[in-house]
Amino acid sequence: MTPFAGSDLLLQVTYLAAAVLFILSLKLMSSPSTARHGVWAGEVGMLLAIVGTLLHHGIVDYRWIAVGLVLGSIIGVPLGMVHMTAVPQRTALSHAFGALCVTLVGTSEYYLRAPGVPPFMMAVLSAEVILGSLTFTGSLMAAGKLEEVLPQRPITYKGQNFVNLSVLAIAVAVAAVLVRHPEHTHLFPLMLAIPLLFGVLMIVPIGGADMPTVMSLLNSYAGLSAAAMGFVLDSKLLIIAGALDGASGFILSVNMSKAMNRSFSNVLFGAFGQEAAKAAAGQETRPVRSATPEEAAAILAAANKVVIVPGYGMAVAQAQHKVRELYDSLTKRGVDVKFGIHPVAGRMPGHMNVLLAEADIPYDKLVDMDDLNPEFPQTDVALVIGANDVTNPAARSDPGSPIYGMPILDVDKARTVMVIKRSMSPGFAGIDNPLYYLDKTLMLFGDAKTFVGDIVRELGGGGHS
Amino acid sequence: MVQTDLITDLYVFILAAFIGFEVIRRVSPLLHTPLMSLTNALDAIAVVGAIILAGEGKSTLATILGTLAIVAATSNIVGGFLITDRMLKMFKTSRTPKS
Repeated sequence: MTPFAGSDLLLQVTYLAAAVLFILSLKLMSSPSTARHGVWAGEVGMLLAIVGTLLHHGIVDYRWIAVGLVLGSIIGVPLGMVHMTAVPQRTALSHAFGALCVTLVGTSEYYLRAPGVPPFMMAVLSAEVILGSLTFTGSLMAAGKLEEVLPQRPITYKGQNFVNLSVLAIAVAVAAVLVRHPEHTHLFPLMLAIPLLFGVLMIVPIGGADMPTVMSLLNSYAGLSAAAMGFVLDSKLLIIAGALDGASGFILSVNMSKAMNRSFSNVLFGAFGQEAAKAAAGQETRPVRSATPEEAAAILAAANKVVIVPGYGMAVAQAQHKVRELYDSLTKRGVDVKFGIHPVAGRMPGHMNVLLAEADIPYDKLVDMDDLNPEFPQTDVALVIGANDVTNPAARSDPGSPIYGMPILDVDKARTVMVIKRSMSPGFAGIDNPLYYLDKTLMLFGDAKTFVGDIVRELGGGGHS
Repeated sequence: MVQTDLITDLYVFILAAFIGFEVIRRVSPLLHTPLMSLTNALDAIAVVGAIILAGEGKSTLATILGTLAIVAATSNIVGGFLITDRMLKMFKTSRTPKS
């Protein structure tokens, strides 16, 4: 019945070896110095499992397998070669592909087994198909928002949570009927279609700032659906891979929620954008101090300790290579330069680190928020590039602020704060930032790439100390 | 599926989830993006189920859906490992690496 419960001991041993290599692969990811070995371990495990399966005696026809493997590789290579700024949408797309695979396999397993599907089997099959199909459309929606082919603003309406939860409840109810009466094959397409709809509805109210959390959550769902598929096929290897992925996505979701001071339900059912738009209304214009690239360069050159806080705006402006030049030129002058990384900087967990590593900034200079915050009082200059909410002191001091309680980088504790920004318009979440009106804050108005380039030129031209 | 298989599978799931938590908790936040693309590639081990489905030829539907599933999973394997390795290659330290 189940394809894996054969007498093929060798195949089982191969799968066991693959499972060990997968766990080892994640273990090697603990440090950047061993992480690439982790990828190799994963690749070897994957190769073993696939070759072992191809030699499986139940296979009678290799033609379609070959077609699938070749086509998949042709699609996979360009997806592996995307630009680093596009990694979030690529990852969302790969969650969608993973979920698609699981849903397709689940669907054909049902039709192969119906009408005589035992209750427990039908229950895991339902979990597989529901999780798989909602992750599929949800991830496609997330990818569309990240790629900006879909509107990034959260779309909300009254009673949205009620509608969404009802849709999910109907899908679960259909699954419950199928568990009792698996012979009602006409209900199965409904169990596919409703979660597909739910996946879309789930992402509609999600804004760009919440993407890191949602990406992690979809990652977790993709893993759990794969684990459910493992139960259906009685494949321990798939259960292990799915459980590892599910655990990883869950840990990242918790991290991201903490970093934004939000609960899961709040991210999924919150509609952050609306609340924030209200808070931004009715702000009077207050005076700010601004500075030219020359002045900024002079202050930076005189500093001992500089912390650069990059946000997604830096990546949008493609300024990371100019920032590297700034890092080089300050380091050459003996200035201690570090980068402060907020967990939600970028569009997915850890995205900012990848963008800075791509610009050849050494990873030991990329410091996590919690490790860096105690150092700000001894910091001469905090330079904020394209980040906004993650530096907003209102998160610490103003209980009325929509981001109150969110952990932030304490740049306002540095001796001088410089903020590169296009204009005074509020950021993506639409929340006003009191940091900009502090006496110690200098606003550097302009495009991040051009402005940093100008500072670098000033530093280079102004005396060879 | 016999009842004992189910219980064994549940044991495997629970234990693997615990291992996952303990191992992934130790992954540096520096590497959370490559971590996600790597787990995504590993997750595509689902290709194994798709291969059997497409190769057993039990029904036309199973062959078609199985083949599509192989395409989806293989693109994750190839793309996932490729981009993870590309990202990790970029992480360099300013100190001389200890050996």
